[in-house]
Amino acid sequence: MTERERKERNSVHARRAVAYTVLTIISFLCLFWFYVLFINATRSNGELSRGFTAIPSTHLFENLNNLFHGSLPVLRGMLNSLIIASLSALLSTYFSTMTAYAIQVYDFKLKKFLFTFILAIMMIPTQVTALGFVQLVRNMKLLNSFIPLIVPTIAAPVTFFYMKQYMEANLPSALIEAARIDGAGELRTFNSIATPLMRPAIAVQAIFTFVSSWNNYFIPSLVLSSDNKKTLPILIAQLRAADWLKFDMGQVYAMIAFSIFPVIIVYLILSKNIVGGVTAGGVKE
Amino acid sequence: MTSNKKSRITSYNKWGYIFLIPFMVVFVVFQLIPLVTTIYNSFFENYMSGLKQVGPNFIGLKNYVQLLTQGDLLKYFKNTMIMWIAGFIPQILLSLLLGAWFTNPSLKLKGQRFFKTVIYLPNLIMASAFSMLFFTLFANTGPVNSILVNIGIFKEPYQFMSHAGTVRGLVAMMNCLMWFGNTTILLMAGMMGISDSLYEAAEVDGATPTQIFFRITLPLLKPIFIYVVVTSLIGGLQMFDVPQILTNGTGDPMRTSMTLIMYLNKHLYSKNYGLAGALSVLLLILTGILSLIVFRTTAKDELK
Amino acid sequence: MKKRTISLLSLALLGAMVIPGAAFAEEGSVLNVEVWNEEFKSRITDHYPGYEEVDATTGKIGDVTVNWIITPSDDNAYQNNLDSVLPGNVDAAADEKVDIFLVEADYALKYVDADANVAMPLEELGITADDLGKQYQYTKDIVTDANGVLRGSSWQACSAGLIYNREIAKEVLGTDDPAEVQEAVKDWATYTETAAKMAEAGYKMAATVNDTYRVYSNNVAGPWVQDGKVVLDDNIKAWVDDSKAAVDAGQTTTAELWSDDWAKGFFPEGKVFCYFGPAWFFNFCLHADEEGSVAYDGGWGFVTGPQSFYWGGTWICAAQGTDNPELVKDIILTMTTDNAVMKEIAQVDADCVNNTEVLAELSADDSGNLALLGGQNPYEMLAAGAENVDMSNISPYDQGCNEEFQGAMKNYFDGNADYDAALGQFKSAIVEKYPELTTD
Repeated sequence: MTERERKERNSVHARRAVAYTVLTIISFLCLFWFYVLFINATRSNGELSRGFTAIPSTHLFENLNNLFHGSLPVLRGMLNSLIIASLSALLSTYFSTMTAYAIQVYDFKLKKFLFTFILAIMMIPTQVTALGFVQLVRNMKLLNSFIPLIVPTIAAPVTFFYMKQYMEANLPSALIEAARIDGAGELRTFNSIATPLMRPAIAVQAIFTFVSSWNNYFIPSLVLSSDNKKTLPILIAQLRAADWLKFDMGQVYAMIAFSIFPVIIVYLILSKNIVGGVTAGGVKE
Repeated sequence: MTSNKKSRITSYNKWGYIFLIPFMVVFVVFQLIPLVTTIYNSFFENYMSGLKQVGPNFIGLKNYVQLLTQGDLLKYFKNTMIMWIAGFIPQILLSLLLGAWFTNPSLKLKGQRFFKTVIYLPNLIMASAFSMLFFTLFANTGPVNSILVNIGIFKEPYQFMSHAGTVRGLVAMMNCLMWFGNTTILLMAGMMGISDSLYEAAEVDGATPTQIFFRITLPLLKPIFIYVVVTSLIGGLQMFDVPQILTNGTGDPMRTSMTLIMYLNKHLYSKNYGLAGALSVLLLILTGILSLIVFRTTAKDELK
Repeated sequence: MKKRTISLLSLALLGAMVIPGAAFAEEGSVLNVEVWNEEFKSRITDHYPGYEEVDATTGKIGDVTVNWIITPSDDNAYQNNLDSVLPGNVDAAADEKVDIFLVEADYALKYVDADANVAMPLEELGITADDLGKQYQYTKDIVTDANGVLRGSSWQACSAGLIYNREIAKEVLGTDDPAEVQEAVKDWATYTETAAKMAEAGYKMAATVNDTYRVYSNNVAGPWVQDGKVVLDDNIKAWVDDSKAAVDAGQTTTAELWSDDWAKGFFPEGKVFCYFGPAWFFNFCLHADEEGSVAYDGGWGFVTGPQSFYWGGTWICAAQGTDNPELVKDIILTMTTDNAVMKEIAQVDADCVNNTEVLAELSADDSGNLALLGGQNPYEMLAAGAENVDMSNISPYDQGCNEEFQGAMKNYFDGNADYDAALGQFKSAIVEKYPELTTD
C-alpha cells in the first residue's frame, strides 16, 4: 500500500465518521418530534398541563378510546382526507407532467410566453386569492363539495416547474422521436414513454402534494362545513376549540398522532421510488 | 418531402396547445378569476364593519399610497427576509452536504435508506402541531429552560418568546427542520439522473470528492437547484403559518417576527378587500422582481 | 290477538313520540343551529325535554330534525361562516335557513346590532321581559342593541372572583379564612401590598398579568370605542401601570393565559397564590381529579377579590328569517328561564346558571359546597357578583381591542418597548382590524 493510498483510506474513514455523526444528530432532530408527539398522546390533559416529560404515561388507550367514542367523525374525516389528498396528488402530478411536457417537447408560438406566464402564477400566494376563491366557490354552489379542493390542483405551477426542470435533465428528445417513428400517437407517447421516465419526479411531487393537501386547514375550513365532509385538520381544530367540559389536550395529541400515521405510510410507499435508487432504463446518459 | 416533414412537425406541435388545455382551464376558473377580482378590488375602499359592508367606493391608488406611506411594509419585508435567509442558508447547505454524501461512491455510507427516509419526516407534521410542540418545549417552565438552568448556562429561565433574536431564530430553525428534507429529496431526485459512470470516470482520473461535487454534481443539478432557490424564495416570501402560530398571530416582540403574509392576514380579518388587494398586488410585484433577479444570476446561460 | 297488541303498542309509542313536536307542526321541518363547539348540543341533549339524539350532529325534536352545524372558532372561521350565511338567511331555502346561532360576549354586539338585524328581537318571538325576570342584568346588557332591544338570552351567568391557594394564605397571611383573605385583596392598593408580601416569601401573586386584565376591563367608565374613536379608559391604564410594577417587582409574569407557564400554579410546586375565574374555572382548569394538584386536596378558597367581573358565557340568538319561531322560543325559554332545567344544569354540568332563584337555592344549603374549595360554598358570592357586574359599557369592538391591547402591552412589560411605542402598536393593530375606527 502506498503512502497516498493509506492517506486516502484514512481520510475516507475520517470523513465517514464525520458523516455518520452528523447524520445521527440530524436523524435525532427529525425523529425527536414524533417521540414527543407519542409521549404527549399517552398523557392525560392534567399531566400535559404540568409541562413536558420524557417518559410516556399510561393514558394512550384512554385518549384513543375517548377520541373514537367521542362525537367527532374521526374515521370519516380520515377517509375524506384520504380521498382529497390522493386525488389531488394524482391529478396534480399527472397534469403538471402533461403541462411540462407540452412546454418541453413541443415548439409553438406562445411557448415562451406561456412558460413565463405559468412561472408568474407561481408567485401568487394562496392567502391573496382566498377570499375571492371562496366567493367563487359559493357562486358555483360547490360549498361542502370536494371538487374545489381537488380540481384546482390540476393547475399547480410549482409542481409544473419541477417537472419542467426535471425533464430538462432527464427526458431525452431522442426517445420521443423514436416513439413517433414507431407510429405512436402523441397522447400514447406521453403516457407510455414520458410518464414512466418521470417516475422519481412524479413520486417526489406526489408526496409533496399529498402531504400539503393532507395538512391543509386554511382553504378546507372555508369550504367544508358539514360534518361528514370535514377533513382531519378541521376536526383537530374543532377538538382544540372544545368547550371546557370536553377540552382534553391528551385527545388532541392522540388525534394528531393518529392523523400522521397514514401520511407516514403513504410516504414510505412513495419514497421507495426516490430513495431506493430507481434505475429508469434509458434515462441515464 | 421537406414540406411534408414540416407539416408533420406542426401537427405535432399543436399537441403542445392541447396538452396545456387542462392546466389553463383550471387556472382561469379557480385562480385567474379570484386574482382579477383581487386586483380590481385594490382600487376600491371595500371592507366589513361588523356585518355592514363599507364600499365599494372607487378611490384610485389611495390603498397603495396608504400602504407605502403609513404601514410598516418595509419592516415586515425585512423580517420576512431575515427569517427566510436564516433558515434557508443552513437548509441548503445541509441538503447539499447530505446530497454529496449520499451520492459519493467512495464514502459508501451504510443505512442510507434509513437516513434518506428520516430526513423528510418532520414535514409530515402539521405546522400548527409542530409550533405547539416548540411552544411547549421553549416555554419558561419548559424542558429546554430547565436543562439550561440545571447545567448552569442561565441563572433563571430565559424567555424565548420575549426576545426578537430567539423568536426569529426559532422560526428559522423550524422552517429549516421542516424543509431541509424536502430540499434534499428534490436534489437527490435530480442526482438520480446523473450516471454512476461519470463519477467512476472522475475517480479514475484522480478527482477528489470535493472536485467531483463541484465539477460534476453541482453543474448537472443546476435546473433543480434553480428550482429549489426560486421556490424557497417564493415560499419564504409567503412565510406564514410557523411564525403565525408560534407568536399567536402577533409577530411580537414589537412585530419583529411579523411577515408580509401575516400582515396581509390582519387585513383579511376585516375582509378589507381593498387594502388586502393592494397589498397582494405589491407582494406579487415584489416576488416577481426578486425571482427575476435569482433567475438572472443563477441561470444566465439558459436565458440568453 | 298478538298482532293487535303490537299495533296498539306501536300506536301508543307513536303518540308519545309525536306529542313534543305537535305544537310546532306548522313550522319548518329542519332546525339548523350554528355553533362553534358541542357545549350547547350536550346541554340540549341532556336537558331539553323531547330531544332525541340521532347521531353526532343530528337530533330530533318531535318531527323536526335538528342539525348541528359546527364551525371551529380557530382563525375566526366561526364568525366568517356567520357573516356569510346570516345576511341572506331570510331568502334562504326553508331547510337551509339558520334558526339558532350562538355568540360569545366579546363579539355579541356585532350580531345583535340593530342595523344588521340578523338576530331576532326576543319580543318578536313572544318572549317578554317578565319571562326573563330571573336573569341577571349584565347578561342582558351584552345582547341589547343600541336602541335597547334585547336580541339574545343565556343560561349562564359567569360571574367570577379570586381563587386563592389556602396553604400559601396560611403561610404568608396567617389565615385561610375567606373573610380575612378578602380583606387582603379588597382593592387594588391592598392587593399590591399583599403581592409584595407574596414575592418576599417566594410566591407569585398571580400567574400572569393577563389574569387581572378582565377584572380591570369589566370595570371601565366608558366603552372602548366612542363616536368611532378608540378611547383608553383610566381603569385599563391602571392595569398597565399596576402590571408593569408587578412584573418589574417579580410578583407576576407575562405568560399567555392557557399556556403551560400560566397553568403551573394549579400544582403546589408552581408557587402561585391566586387565579381569577368563574365557576366553570373550578372544574375545568384546576385539575380537581388530578392527584397532587392543589384542587385535589381541596386546597383552594374563593373570595370576591378587588372588583366584580365575569368571564365567559354563551348566548342563544334566534336567526332573523327562522321558519321555526315557536320551537326556537320554546328552546330559549326552557334553557334560560326554567327553574327545574337550570338547577339540573347547575348540578350536572356545574354551570353557574343565569337564574337568581336557582342560585339562591344553591347557596342556601350544602348542595353547593365544593370539595376543591375545601368545602366552601361559593354560590352566594357568585350570585352577589353577578348582581354587581356592569356590562353597560361594552362595544362591538371589545374582542379586538382587548386582544390587541394585551398583546401590545406585553412588549412594554417585557421591556421590549416603552409605553408609547407599545401603545402605538396597539393603535395600528386596531386600525388594521377595524378600518372604520380612528385612534387619535
